[in-house]
Amino acid sequence: MSEQIGLRGRTWFQALTENNQTASGDPGTVLASEARIGDEMALFLAVVPNPSSRFPCVREGQVGLEEAFALASHLRRIIAEDREKAKDQKRPIIAIVDVKSQAYGRREETAGIFFAAAASADAYASARTAGHPVIALVAGHAFSGGFLTHGYQANRILAFDDSGIMIHAMHKEAAARITRRSVAELEQLGHEIVPMSYDVRDYAKLGLLHKLLHVNDPLHPTVADIQAIRLDLIDAIRDARHGATDLSNRLQAEAARQTRKAGIAVRAALEAQWQSA
Amino acid sequence: MSQTSMIPEFVSRNSFIELDGRRRAQSLFDKGTWKELVGPFDQMSSPWLPMQGIAPQADDGCIVIKGKIGGMPAVAIALEGAFQGGSIGEVSGAKMTAALDFATRDSEAGKRTAAILLLETGGVRLQEANLGLAAVAEVISSVLALRPHAPVITLIAGTVGCFGGMSLAAGVSSYIVMTREARLGLNGPEVIEQESGIDEFDASDRALIWAIHGGEQRVGMGLADALVEDDAEKIRTVIQGYVQADLKPEYRSQQVDLYRDRIAALDTSEQIDPKSLRQKWGNKTTGESR
Repeated sequence: MSEQIGLRGRTWFQALTENNQTASGDPGTVLASEARIGDEMALFLAVVPNPSSRFPCVREGQVGLEEAFALASHLRRIIAEDREKAKDQKRPIIAIVDVKSQAYGRREETAGIFFAAAASADAYASARTAGHPVIALVAGHAFSGGFLTHGYQANRILAFDDSGIMIHAMHKEAAARITRRSVAELEQLGHEIVPMSYDVRDYAKLGLLHKLLHVNDPLHPTVADIQAIRLDLIDAIRDARHGATDLSNRLQAEAARQTRKAGIAVRAALEAQWQSA
Repeated sequence: MSQTSMIPEFVSRNSFIELDGRRRAQSLFDKGTWKELVGPFDQMSSPWLPMQGIAPQADDGCIVIKGKIGGMPAVAIALEGAFQGGSIGEVSGAKMTAALDFATRDSEAGKRTAAILLLETGGVRLQEANLGLAAVAEVISSVLALRPHAPVITLIAGTVGCFGGMSLAAGVSSYIVMTREARLGLNGPEVIEQESGIDEFDASDRALIWAIHGGEQRVGMGLADALVEDDAEKIRTVIQGYVQADLKPEYRSQQVDLYRDRIAALDTSEQIDPKSLRQKWGNKTTGESR
């Protein structure tokens, strides 16, 4: 891994919002800004590394206590401000995702990082169910609790079709240790077993992704790249507005019908038995 | 003097922790009212484990039981800590999400159906990695969809604890009930020690673990609602109380400003002492003890 995690997140936040400043009251790890997308305003959110964070375990781009509550706070504000607006007037929310993981720290556990993460997931899900199009743009890494806290409640997930994208439950080294395998074995298994793969094209086979986006160099986007991604985001916003506000689309995609066959069958069996119980 | 009065209370009580996930879930319901859905005889197991030489289980470690608690419709969903550490895979995750969604559908149709999540889990099943992580996101979403219509109660009883992504599902529940033996956190001590080093967290320090993640601490600092004894009857009574409770106007995970301010006020220059934090945060804002 040569590239520092969070650089792509910051790059795309800046490209799409023309802003690179932390909002007042926010920690240096959270970027939040409203910016125009198409003919409306949207809220853009990102979590970035901050080597001088007062929480040592988030300095490399992890999502911790301050990050989770700062995200939740911005989301709650938008939900409240748009409460009375018609569904097609509610501002879209774009979560730019490039996070190393959740914070692995004692301070975090003591103060209840599980709950901070839950509060942020709640805020994202609440925005979605209130009718805000919530779009996750995976620009780099999207790992485990970090992704659950920031982005995974989106009703449309977009990701760059690029080898620098990692969407996974655990980074390779730790997953290898815990499952008592070598990294090489793990990579081999990933080629055979789709949900274990670290490749974004395999992730796309799970039916969880709205679209793979093509950019030559995500770390150094051209003006044309930025314009193209803007159009992809506008398209995803439009699509989200026309769809359900729950996550049912994740099971309906053609890819999901193949890869998530077992889960879909369980759901059907449970529904059949639910009625008569 | 009757003989029973001479037997110490701890001898006559029925341990809940000693029950397996299925019996735990059953024990919450009114007698004769429950039925298991998609049980072991339906043979719906993980398709991903055999590909890796791991024996699957016919219920995938997730038990769904529907019935009545205190006369009210309810569904209990138990993760069995003894199978793959209670981990969430595609099938167990789908069972959970579907049960929550059908409880929501019934509740919206006027038949309020509470859900009880019995979480003994280390989180995502790494052998099903991305499908497990996706399942957790969907469970969180489904808990949140049910919560405005019926109580969602997380019960953490045993020593496996509730860790990883499922701790977020606990965090968005209407109520969290824990025993003193139970633990709740995002990252288990072993994971922190491995990722951040032994100076950050010494996973062999049992006292430290319980001081941070234990039921008494979580209830004491207001991040869980009730501390119960390891007694099946007492646990049933507490759960029944929450099943019958009125819906709350606001849930803990919506109180963002309160907790944001509390985090802002923390001194992070050194490790945080759990006991002082408990005194500072107390249990006065959200938790109601029963």
